Amino acid sequence: MSTTTQQDETPLYMQEQESGIKASLANYRTRMRTGEMGSLPATLGLIVLVLIFAAANKTFLTPLNFANFFTQAAVVMILAMGLVFVLLLGEIDLSAGVTSGVAGSLLAVGLARNGWPLWLAIIIALGSGVVIGLGIGFLVAKVGIPSFVVTLALFLAFQGLVLAIIGEGGNIRVVDPSILAIENSNLPIWLGWVLYVVMVVAYAAVALTGRARRLKRGFSGQAMSIIVAKVVGVAVIGFVVVYVLSLERSVNPKLNPLHGVPIIVPIIAVLTLVFAFILERTRFGRHVYAVGGNVEAARRAGIRVSSLRIVVFGICSTTAAFAGIVAASRAASVDPNAGRFIVLNAVAAAVIGGTSLFGGRGRIYDAIIGGAVVAVIDNGMGLLGYSAGVKLMITGSVLMIAAGADALSRKRSQSVRR
Amino acid sequence: MSQAPSPILEVRGVTKSFGAVDVLRGIDFAVTPGTVTALVGDNGAGKSTLIKGLAGIQPYDSGTVLFEGVEVNLTDPRTASDLGIEVVYQDLALCDNLDIVQNMFLGREIKGRAAMDEPEMEHRAGETLHSLSVRTVKSLRQKVSSLSGGQRQTVAIARAVLWNNKVVILDEPTAALGVAQTEQVLNLVRNLANKGLGVVIISHNLQDVFQVADEVYVLYLGTMTARLRVSETTPNEVVEYITGGKKQAEFVGEGA
Repeated sequence: MSTTTQQDETPLYMQEQESGIKASLANYRTRMRTGEMGSLPATLGLIVLVLIFAAANKTFLTPLNFANFFTQAAVVMILAMGLVFVLLLGEIDLSAGVTSGVAGSLLAVGLARNGWPLWLAIIIALGSGVVIGLGIGFLVAKVGIPSFVVTLALFLAFQGLVLAIIGEGGNIRVVDPSILAIENSNLPIWLGWVLYVVMVVAYAAVALTGRARRLKRGFSGQAMSIIVAKVVGVAVIGFVVVYVLSLERSVNPKLNPLHGVPIIVPIIAVLTLVFAFILERTRFGRHVYAVGGNVEAARRAGIRVSSLRIVVFGICSTTAAFAGIVAASRAASVDPNAGRFIVLNAVAAAVIGGTSLFGGRGRIYDAIIGGAVVAVIDNGMGLLGYSAGVKLMITGSVLMIAAGADALSRKRSQSVRR
Repeated sequence: MSQAPSPILEVRGVTKSFGAVDVLRGIDFAVTPGTVTALVGDNGAGKSTLIKGLAGIQPYDSGTVLFEGVEVNLTDPRTASDLGIEVVYQDLALCDNLDIVQNMFLGREIKGRAAMDEPEMEHRAGETLHSLSVRTVKSLRQKVSSLSGGQRQTVAIARAVLWNNKVVILDEPTAALGVAQTEQVLNLVRNLANKGLGVVIISHNLQDVFQVADEVYVLYLGTMTARLRVSETTPNEVVEYITGGKKQAEFVGEGA
């Protein structure tokens, strides 16, 4: 024991190392190897799909279709964002779609039949989501019914509830201009560019202050080259998107001009950033990952697991209720089938994007990328004239592939450990 | 007696029974700061029950527990951890999907203005590992799933140290490890004691016990049959106590 010379060399993890592009790439490769694929496969898949459809159909890459794509994808993306929270816990919410139907029908009935003011209708629609979500959470966390069963039961029950709310006569029109604007109106061109500049500047500011804070603490921050590359990447992609959406895309511009960023785009962007902040920067978000990764460890660390589960289901259903409002805006009506079919697309979107069904792995961006894949398949195959049947089969296959990749990467990451 | 600082944690005459089975029959046990105390005994001797009582998971039926000389009532885990008693269980309770820093601060994350203060947490995690002379970890931002068994044990132990705990109880810390990793973990255990903590190590491996411990307690069917200074005993003697071949030694060094 006496021979242990206590050298005071600073260990690697405390050393100041500038993590350059090379180091980042190496780091990235390790993550790939250990099964941390994230949303990379979905991103690559998305690019391939876009290339295929662009080659097969001239309409696919037109500004009109590009703008349509965002409004088509919006509902699935928003639902999928809510589902990411639940999936991170290793749970599922099959009732998210019909919850959006309940919220949408409450909104439509309130506005059309009961003459509620808009604010009240929105509060009641979103409030229904809060109540439903907390209820699901209670049944799962406190009573102990598996979430699959609770939400499957609600999936059936809420189809009935939507019928009951809407009543005889089938279909309720939505005419409120503010609601319709969500999915049908565009920002003025100048506002689109203002938001673009704000976004790029904010992104750069967040990256730079984060680096500065790490450097102040004596750690290596991200190398300047990487930050610059990321900011430029965001700026270029954002520029192309805003530029294309600002082009005139109407078939008949004189009669009916159509240009500008669809309003839904900044809405989704803000929602994404808020959720990303919650999941990645707050204690609550960290605890969501912990519970999804190892419930027992989370419990021993003093995390109140049941309350957390209840809140997570609340977030999911409230997000679903918001998706219901967006869906009502898009269809300009609510029908008794509202939300019945879309939930599986949303689960598919989250999983295709890279969120694990086993809990603990996934990011909010997965919902966006996976939602884009689902919407591109739908949109592109629709343009090529394929029937709904073929589209469903393809989407189902993609989900199966994504779930398979998820299961395999999980196996892999477990076998890497000795 | 030149040494003998007063024990930081002392258990007197505790009992515990499950139905008709008396698992602990009046146990005396003491942990001194700056020393490694080994607790050995065959399966079913009552080691786990004794530890669970100290962790507050399974309160004792009777007897007294003194912490820093004051009588305490360990009825729930929170009381124990508030006092600074931390148990590192065999299954480690780490989240594979989180990195080292995130695991060390789990449930006790440091808050900045709006978000968590990641640089501060990383800094303190690094300092703690450094103070334990940990050299086997490359990056604090590695996911725990990518660590070896020894490294995982290291993270679990370091987490116990991070919170200025005074007593750290390690349940079979080397059971699943290879030779080199066992060596690392035992060094770490020694460093814990050198930092002035009271360390309890439960182990079946007498070689480990003799390498790292200062004192060894032997439990046999719910009674403490021996308390021996490691420097004054042999593995064979300890085995005889464990198997019941030798009963009730004079407690060495219990004067004062």
